[in-house]
Amino acid sequence: MGRLFGRLDDVTGDAGYDDHPPRMGFFTDTSVCIGCKACEVACKEWNSVPDDGYLLTGMSYDNTESLGASTWRHVAFIEKPTVSTSSAEATVDLGMPGHGPPGGSNDQTTEPGANDVRWLMSSDVCKHCTHAACLDVCPTGSLFRTEFGTVVVQEDICNGCGYCVPACPYGVIDVREEDGRAFKCTLCYDRLKEGQTPACAQACPTESIQFGELSELRQRADNRLAELHGQGVDVARLYGRDPEDGVGGDGAFFLLLDEPEVYGLPPDPVVTTQDLGSIWKSVGAGAAAVAALGMAAFAGRRR
Amino acid sequence: MSPREEVVPEAEFASYYGRPVIKQPTWKTPDIPMYFFLGGLAGASAVLAEGAAVSGLPRLERIARLTAAGGAAAGTVALVHDLGRPARFLNMLRVLRPTSPLSVGSFILAPFGTLSGIAAASHLTGRLPRIGRIAGVGAAALGPPLATYTAGLIADTAVPAWHEGHRELPFVFGGSGAAAAGGLAMIFTPLDQAGPARRTALAGAVLELAATETMQRHMGMVGEPYRQGRSGRLMKLARELTVAAAGATLLLGSRSRAVSVLAGAASVAGSVVTRFGVFEAGLASARDPKYTVVPQRRRLDSREPATAGTRVSGTPAPGTNGM
Repeated sequence: MGRLFGRLDDVTGDAGYDDHPPRMGFFTDTSVCIGCKACEVACKEWNSVPDDGYLLTGMSYDNTESLGASTWRHVAFIEKPTVSTSSAEATVDLGMPGHGPPGGSNDQTTEPGANDVRWLMSSDVCKHCTHAACLDVCPTGSLFRTEFGTVVVQEDICNGCGYCVPACPYGVIDVREEDGRAFKCTLCYDRLKEGQTPACAQACPTESIQFGELSELRQRADNRLAELHGQGVDVARLYGRDPEDGVGGDGAFFLLLDEPEVYGLPPDPVVTTQDLGSIWKSVGAGAAAVAALGMAAFAGRRR
Repeated sequence: MSPREEVVPEAEFASYYGRPVIKQPTWKTPDIPMYFFLGGLAGASAVLAEGAAVSGLPRLERIARLTAAGGAAAGTVALVHDLGRPARFLNMLRVLRPTSPLSVGSFILAPFGTLSGIAAASHLTGRLPRIGRIAGVGAAALGPPLATYTAGLIADTAVPAWHEGHRELPFVFGGSGAAAAGGLAMIFTPLDQAGPARRTALAGAVLELAATETMQRHMGMVGEPYRQGRSGRLMKLARELTVAAAGATLLLGSRSRAVSVLAGAASVAGSVVTRFGVFEAGLASARDPKYTVVPQRRRLDSREPATAGTRVSGTPAPGTNGM
């Protein structure tokens, strides 16, 4: 077991691999996501993930709700009324779907506010954290770090204790009720072993989901961010790219057009095992207190 | 902007349709809170049993030994029953992982259950007394960590009301375990042998109450579930039971057998309700995205003061995450 928090440039080597391929990951550029859900479908099909109900949620076009044991890619839809200010003219048409003809902007609006909707779409996925809480807390060793630096559940070992579920700071992994075991995105471990692209990235028609070596993806993301900022899209920001953040950076990171919490992502996640030392110290001190009060109970005058 | 703003006016925050950010634990009720209780009861009882053996209090020793063994056995059943794949229980002992309190805890529970079982069997049958005592000493050594590791287990998660209490929760659970062990022994032990049980219950109650108070005080808004809603009511009931038990024990516990029985029962009940209260508080804090988003947003904004506050389209973006 290696480092529990902080910057870690070779997570795969830290996990015990002497000779290993480069760390692989996803860069999901939500600014070009069109919400087609091809990633959701491709993931389900390739990984034989069962359905998780056919309920209508009323949450815009999103009936998948969130990531879970049977949803390994989840496309979020946010319809936000745009603020009609003078700075709205500075926005750049990203080719996002909307009402009215392409290229239409605020001047198309007949009723002010009625059609003024800004669409945010984002395909969420397991972050394959550098410091993965799910892996740290797994008591059976079912969750492990692959040679590609990704985090995968070995389903033949998982006993369904469920500890990984509340440990994940992103709410990704979950136990499949009818099965009893925990499931999540494997970053298509089987396809990676064959040198193939994960199913979701393969199916993405706009290259919103980009797969590759993490170091290269980070470079690509930095360039894309600079490009968007240059176009005046100041709301663009990278999420999970920073190797110094609370989880040591994500193996799957994002370019977002609003605050992370708007997409249902935690704004500043920290791996719980960062406090492991403090936790064990308190457990030890608490145990010492129980032992001490137990002994003290017999030290007094016997009644 | 946020659909939750009307619901929680005291803390404005954005969320995705008010949905939780983290997953709620899939652990079942009553399995897991009962396991927390039984582990505390059994662990502290093993200490009580060994003290009674050393001090020559056979009636106290008997009930404490039986409680330690029975609690561990029942707790193991609850734990296995909670697994999604109970048949794979032994995978818990497949590896020892210091980063997983559940893994370490399994390596505490398994020998504790065995040793406390041997000690109890030897005590009941009178056979192999030397081995029985050695087993009893081993159980007494493993008992306190058995009582407190479960607090570390829930603290080592992303659940705000558990994680933020990681410094105090082991004392809450340890004190609660001692209160339960002392209380149960008070019910079944004659007054003249129950002195150490009373003192254990009292000291445990004081420790539990003090640690709970300290925890809630420094937790801020994340501690709300310990005061509000269903979990808040459970915590209040637990406190009332524990205080009533301690008061009765202090005043009449050594004089009236009836009071000793009632106070002991209240102490045990208080310990049970404490675990359910803490458990439910964690679930409540996982359910409401407020407890995840607001503290993280505050932390983030305090690190990036230049961009805090005014965030509308067109203003400078909040950094690019440390590039």
